[in-house]
Amino acid sequence: MIEVKDVVKAFDGRTVLHGIDATFYTGKTNLIIGQSGSGKTVLMKSLVGLLRPDKGQILFDGRNLLSMNTEEVKNLRKEIGMLFQGSALFDSETVLGNVMFPLVMFTDMSKEEMTERALFCLERVNLKGAENKYPAEISGGMQKRVAIARAIALNPKYLFCDEPNSGLDPKTSILIDELLSDITHEYNITTVINTHDMNSVLGIGENIIFINKGHREWVGDMSKIYNTTNEALNDFVFATRLFQEVREYVAEHGTIQQRK
Amino acid sequence: MIITSAIGTFGRYCMFVKRVFSLPDRWGVFFRRTIAEMSKLGVDSIPLVMIISVFIGAVIAIQMQLNIASPLIPAYSVGLATRDIVLLEFSNSILCLILAGKVGSNIASEIGTMRVTEQIDALEIMGVNSANFLVLPKIVAFVLFMPVLGALCIGTSMVGGYSVAVFTDLITVSRFVYGLQAFFQEWYVWYGLIKSLVFAFIIASTSSFFGYYVKGGALQVGKASTDGVVCSSIFILLFDVILTKLLLQ
Repeated sequence: MIEVKDVVKAFDGRTVLHGIDATFYTGKTNLIIGQSGSGKTVLMKSLVGLLRPDKGQILFDGRNLLSMNTEEVKNLRKEIGMLFQGSALFDSETVLGNVMFPLVMFTDMSKEEMTERALFCLERVNLKGAENKYPAEISGGMQKRVAIARAIALNPKYLFCDEPNSGLDPKTSILIDELLSDITHEYNITTVINTHDMNSVLGIGENIIFINKGHREWVGDMSKIYNTTNEALNDFVFATRLFQEVREYVAEHGTIQQRK
Repeated sequence: MIITSAIGTFGRYCMFVKRVFSLPDRWGVFFRRTIAEMSKLGVDSIPLVMIISVFIGAVIAIQMQLNIASPLIPAYSVGLATRDIVLLEFSNSILCLILAGKVGSNIASEIGTMRVTEQIDALEIMGVNSANFLVLPKIVAFVLFMPVLGALCIGTSMVGGYSVAVFTDLITVSRFVYGLQAFFQEWYVWYGLIKSLVFAFIIASTSSFFGYYVKGGALQVGKASTDGVVCSSIFILLFDVILTKLLLQ
């Protein structure tokens, strides 16, 4: 579980996060949603230690990230996997090389063991057979899956995903969402997903935190979002005609059939 | 304002170099990357070094002959002057200015692209010291390979000068070869070697620094690449003066 307590972050005197409080649960897909510029990426970067908040606490199962020394942060990072918006695969490495990278850097496994583990991770994301290709030779959706395989190679306790669906078609987005959801439940990971994709929100949002103008405005799950009275969240989630109709359908029928 | 900014940038550079020169997480990975960088930064520069050196060697020999033609100056002086110019300045300072363009822009754009595509962030989140992982092999590889490039430059320049003696009637081959051997000072070789090692460090570290701290997109990567080359060139010239004063006087 990750707990965020009263986190404040400002840039050049402009406060981007105003005392954010949030809890991200183990074994659940935790979503941070909000409009562009709302501060969700800053919150995500603060969670993984790429930015240091000016105030507050970030507790990874009780361990405060902000009071750790360099060695402790380094050890914590071995428990973290991250999926970047642009996948961030290493261009000079093959798909297999990318997935093996954390194993090479942080384990004492033999080459055979590392290859076996990497191939297992690739199989888990349905990418068997692509191990000898380079990132430039595979599609955006496949790159995301390679990045997921790399993120889970070390069996992380925490998985962070920064806009995992950006640049993907709706069908591939659903596949990525389902993969992230399955992995979260299968390995009991604390997964934090930063998104503004409404399909993800309504499909896999088990714990949703809505950030608006640097404030935490709303917390709940996907079932509660249809009936929210929060005006900013309503404007954000039901901005499109499609989702307005979905809400009307839910209001009329009480529920909506889930994907699975 | 400019001075404050320059001091700030220099301070960041020092902090960056401190991060680069920490112990690698995995020595095996470090050695493999160093060999790969030697191939990319060093071996791939050999054709450029040889092409430039052969022509510059020839040009130096021709210009020496045309400018010092006098009955008071012995004819072998052309060979001697060609050798000393190559040893003292061309095989280190000028060569490194040329390599700052090729190698420096390569390093800055590669690391800059890794920064804007979040590959460096990915390394950091994994707990890898990205500055050390990416930059130290480049610096070590380029510094270690620089003497090879310098030696090739010296040899090929001599061949360039020699070909002037062979293919033109400006100077006889025997006098040119005698000039190459006359009054040889071993220290000049060491002087050139020391300078080239310092310049190789400047090129690799400065270009890496500009690439590593890129913010933005393709435009900024291009600017970082240019800044890396310009800064490397300025520092090479500055240290050329300092090292010449320290080592030759």
